[in-house]
Amino acid sequence: MIIGLIVNGERVTANVSHAGSLLDLLRDDLGLPGSKNACEQGECGSCSVILDGDLVCSCLVMAVDAEGSTVVTVEGIGEADSLHPVQEAMHRAGAVQCGFCTPGFVVAAVDLFAGNPAPSANEIKEALAGNICRCTGYGAIVRALENLSHGVGP
Amino acid sequence: MQVYHPTSVDEALARLGEGVVPLSGGTDVMVEVNSGHLDPDRVVGLRRVGELKEWDGMRIGAGVTWRRIEREGPKALAEAARTVGSPQIRNAGTIGGNLGTASPAGDGHPFLAAVDATIELVSSDAVRTLPWKDFFLGVKKTARRDDELIAAVRLPETLPSRQAFGKIGVRNAMVIAMVNCVVTREDDGVTTVALGSVAPTPMRATRAETMISSVRAPSETDLAEFQRLVAEEVRPITDHRSTEDYRRHGAGVLARRLLERCLG
Repeated sequence: MIIGLIVNGERVTANVSHAGSLLDLLRDDLGLPGSKNACEQGECGSCSVILDGDLVCSCLVMAVDAEGSTVVTVEGIGEADSLHPVQEAMHRAGAVQCGFCTPGFVVAAVDLFAGNPAPSANEIKEALAGNICRCTGYGAIVRALENLSHGVGP
Repeated sequence: MQVYHPTSVDEALARLGEGVVPLSGGTDVMVEVNSGHLDPDRVVGLRRVGELKEWDGMRIGAGVTWRRIEREGPKALAEAARTVGSPQIRNAGTIGGNLGTASPAGDGHPFLAAVDATIELVSSDAVRTLPWKDFFLGVKKTARRDDELIAAVRLPETLPSRQAFGKIGVRNAMVIAMVNCVVTREDDGVTTVALGSVAPTPMRATRAETMISSVRAPSETDLAEFQRLVAEEVRPITDHRSTEDYRRHGAGVLARRLLERCLG
């Protein structure tokens, strides 16, 4: 069936024939590979997107169920020459190692700061509890977001 | 594949039937789809049914998310909600979906068992309200018929004054319980103990409840006996997540700690 949704501010349509995930739709049909495919069971957070205002795992959203929804992926956050403050903070703190988990962390952190502009270290950790970094680079990620929370800028 | 997006319970009921998969938050259904264990022909998406998201006093609509329960729920249910998956999972997963899946490890279940909640099932011609004990039939098996929808959870009008939830797992976040438990206690001593992940369905440790309910100010010996009875009553298995022995021991320790928290 044909579904319509708004992705990163653009109205898009796609033909969906099975019960596949929003993640597959984004990556394979809409050419948005920023959301990563890893565990496919909601454990790792690398596919995090914002669906109708809520942070969710796009691997656990049935694509057809996103009909009529508004989706923000990591591609909709910041630009190469004007990073989102979360991206800027992570860049400055060296909070990226292999980079695979980074899009998911960026989306989750953007969602956190949207609701709480000055989160504590514990609030940051709890908000990122659904994102796994296999390089175990958590220290730098949390420091980056603490810097942003405390207004430690460039 | 056919997908329906009803906006009312009546519309949703008209689409239900054998082989139709009701889809709420998707956090369980999509794990099955992604792993190739489920390829549904017909899906009824419930995300747009506003009625299911209504929360009216002690009646919690099946479509209420864990995120909301974490913020607005009664104490021990809110504590349980906070341990469900991750923020991503809690934004999508619902209390009704938790019931529909009926995993022995469901984190919402011990609270419902501890306070004797009932489950409201609707079909196009009737509403059935089942005690939690009659709803859970076995591992991932419930009394819901194919033509029924889980509409709501009903809590009793008054809840125990003291209540606590706890869970044992390998980490704090994103973990499926080896044991989860709710203990409630009234000022007159009446105590309930409900546990998950230690039997095919959620269960109450009734002998431990009876023993401790008659004791106003439990001594060290009473607490030890309570812990022993809980460990004796549970019926855990050994699987990839834990062993029977560890779960049995953990159930006793956890129930005792939660009781102490209630007494605190």
